[in-house]
Amino acid sequence: MKNQNINYNQDYKYGFTTDIENIKAPKGLSERTIRFISKIKKEPKWMLDWRLKAFNRLKVSKEPDWQKPKYPKIDYQDLYYYSAPKSMKDKPKSLDDVDPKLIETYKKLGIPLNEQKKLSGIAVDAVFDSVSVATTFKDELTKKGIIFCPISEAIQKHPDLVKKYLGSVIPISDHYFATLNSAVFTDGSFVYIPPNTRCPMELSTYFRINASETGQFERTLIIADKGSYVSYLEGCTAPMRDENQLHAANVELIALDDAEIKYSTVQNWYPGDKNGVGGIYNFVTKRGACRGKNSKISWTQVETGSAITWKYPSCILQGDNSIGEFYSIAITNNHQKADTGTKMIHLGKNTKSKIISKGISAGKADNTYRGLVDIRRKALNSRNYTQCDSLLMGNRCGAHTVPYIKNKNSTSTIEHEATTSKINEEQLFYCNQRGLDQEEAVSLIVNGFCKDVLQQLPMEFAVEAQKLVGISLEGSVG
Amino acid sequence: MLKIKDLKASINNRDILKGLNISINPGELHAIMGPNGSGKSTLANVLSGKDGYEISGELKYQGKNLKEMSVDERAQKGIFLAFQYPTEIPGVNTNNFLKTSLNKIRKARGEKEIDTMSFLKLLREKSSELGIDEKMMSRQLNLGFSGGEKKKNEILQMKILKPNFIILDETDSGLDIDALKIVASGVNSYRDKKKSFLVITHYQRLLDYIKPDFVHVLSDGKIVKSGCMELAEELEKKGYNKIK
Repeated sequence: MKNQNINYNQDYKYGFTTDIENIKAPKGLSERTIRFISKIKKEPKWMLDWRLKAFNRLKVSKEPDWQKPKYPKIDYQDLYYYSAPKSMKDKPKSLDDVDPKLIETYKKLGIPLNEQKKLSGIAVDAVFDSVSVATTFKDELTKKGIIFCPISEAIQKHPDLVKKYLGSVIPISDHYFATLNSAVFTDGSFVYIPPNTRCPMELSTYFRINASETGQFERTLIIADKGSYVSYLEGCTAPMRDENQLHAANVELIALDDAEIKYSTVQNWYPGDKNGVGGIYNFVTKRGACRGKNSKISWTQVETGSAITWKYPSCILQGDNSIGEFYSIAITNNHQKADTGTKMIHLGKNTKSKIISKGISAGKADNTYRGLVDIRRKALNSRNYTQCDSLLMGNRCGAHTVPYIKNKNSTSTIEHEATTSKINEEQLFYCNQRGLDQEEAVSLIVNGFCKDVLQQLPMEFAVEAQKLVGISLEGSVG
Repeated sequence: MLKIKDLKASINNRDILKGLNISINPGELHAIMGPNGSGKSTLANVLSGKDGYEISGELKYQGKNLKEMSVDERAQKGIFLAFQYPTEIPGVNTNNFLKTSLNKIRKARGEKEIDTMSFLKLLREKSSELGIDEKMMSRQLNLGFSGGEKKKNEILQMKILKPNFIILDETDSGLDIDALKIVASGVNSYRDKKKSFLVITHYQRLLDYIKPDFVHVLSDGKIVKSGCMELAEELEKKGYNKIK
């Protein structure tokens, strides 16, 4: 992001807290909490019913435990499910009415919301704990028929679209965290691109967790109608706290005939300190449906933060000739753990998927790529290409690759390549001999290693991500 | 420029350099010749500060104790090693690498960072002197470079980074005669009264093009004989065994 002039040589520069008065839901997970959220969001009855249905389902569902990173049991009754700045209770009509403290917070994060200083070519929806604070460029997008607003607003203003698509990719009953999210989700973005429209700018959401003992349950829904195109970015940060905080998001993408969605994430939640105290549990369900023929969904993620990252942005390739892509960089340092990858489900004919995953592990961290390529019987002439590369630094970290591959027809092909290597001493020596210090050398080599993924990111994000790759690994070799 | 007294170096308890003495003044070019395993590359590594060696003895560069300086500090203070086998770094653009390196070294010298336009101009000028195709500079660093391209790239970096003390580690190996001439003329054009060279080589061939002021014979971790160009010629005729 632009206009940043920050010294990067510090541990976690987003670790500050905004001191602001909050309205919170009653502590704990109960029907009362859900009714509270629904009421404060002024939701119609169908939405509340939907949430309660999810809550009932949650009562009989169990937390999954097959993943590699284990974590202490979460006490769901000891969390707040809704927290919002008091000043946001009556939704501010314009940016002038927004609490200056909030504007200042985003400014510190490098996201100016003021009209004059808006990022050029990027529309931003800023989500603070459980509410959307502001959305920029709204009018300009409206002229093209594009809807870009907080999902809580979409529920009120565009109920038909929300009813039709919400939960259509990630059903209420999908799995524990998806169900939990369906019951208690608070805010996130809603995007609708009308037929044959190319969204003229990048759309982005910036998520910030601020309040303590609070979980963030983001819900994002993006619909690209026939022949449309949209590129969407998401960024995340949180203050440094000793407790672990839960971020359980659901993101659903729907691409109709000939539509394309490009979804990029730079995830930099607080990773915990050097001894593994604190940090965000990032348990996220992201899934896209290529519902129409010739549609395309492309996920790009740079995961550098969080104590535990557990997510598999996936594509369901329903439409014939549809394409799914997954480009991922996952960096773990100190005590961080990541179990991430993708699922590519080929249902339609001539569907193609491509997976490029770069895992980097340092300190005592553990990094797992877990991926499923599933080519069904009717998905004739389908193709998948997977490349998984792992880079290890030091001798106390781990890298694991767990590919699941299924092919039910004889006309499809699957290719899988995987490498694991240690950071090369000769490369470091070469860089040092040309005057670069150890950290600059590591950053340069790792950025080279990640190049195939970094170049998928939109320009503005790519620069930021490159710096982030360097900072995340500071102190990892020495 | 450089003063080495009784330098001993070992790696994994194996002694490689066993009491080496050499003194190089500004403007001088010294050649070190020796058979395989005599310790030539170890000398280059130790001077540039590579990790993993046990070192004793005196190592002084411009009056300062080299042993206390890290590899990158030495580089910033003007020590340059042209590698025998320049390493490949995938995904890193050759151009960008050199610019990053140059700016780092300029900063250490207290100079301003060079802007992209001026850098490209400088790069174009120096590449054409070495007959380097500009397209090579936008490829990934050393990846898929031919032997000649790799060595030319080393000399190009030398000319752009402007070091004071240059170590050429078997720069002639793997070069055909045309490339050898280009590399040699690149080195010669950089020689002046302030710069010193340590040229490590196996054969006299390179010294026909890069005339040394002194020639030393390294054998079993020690300098066993020193002299002028005639020594190199003698070596070429008689072989290393006769010199000891």
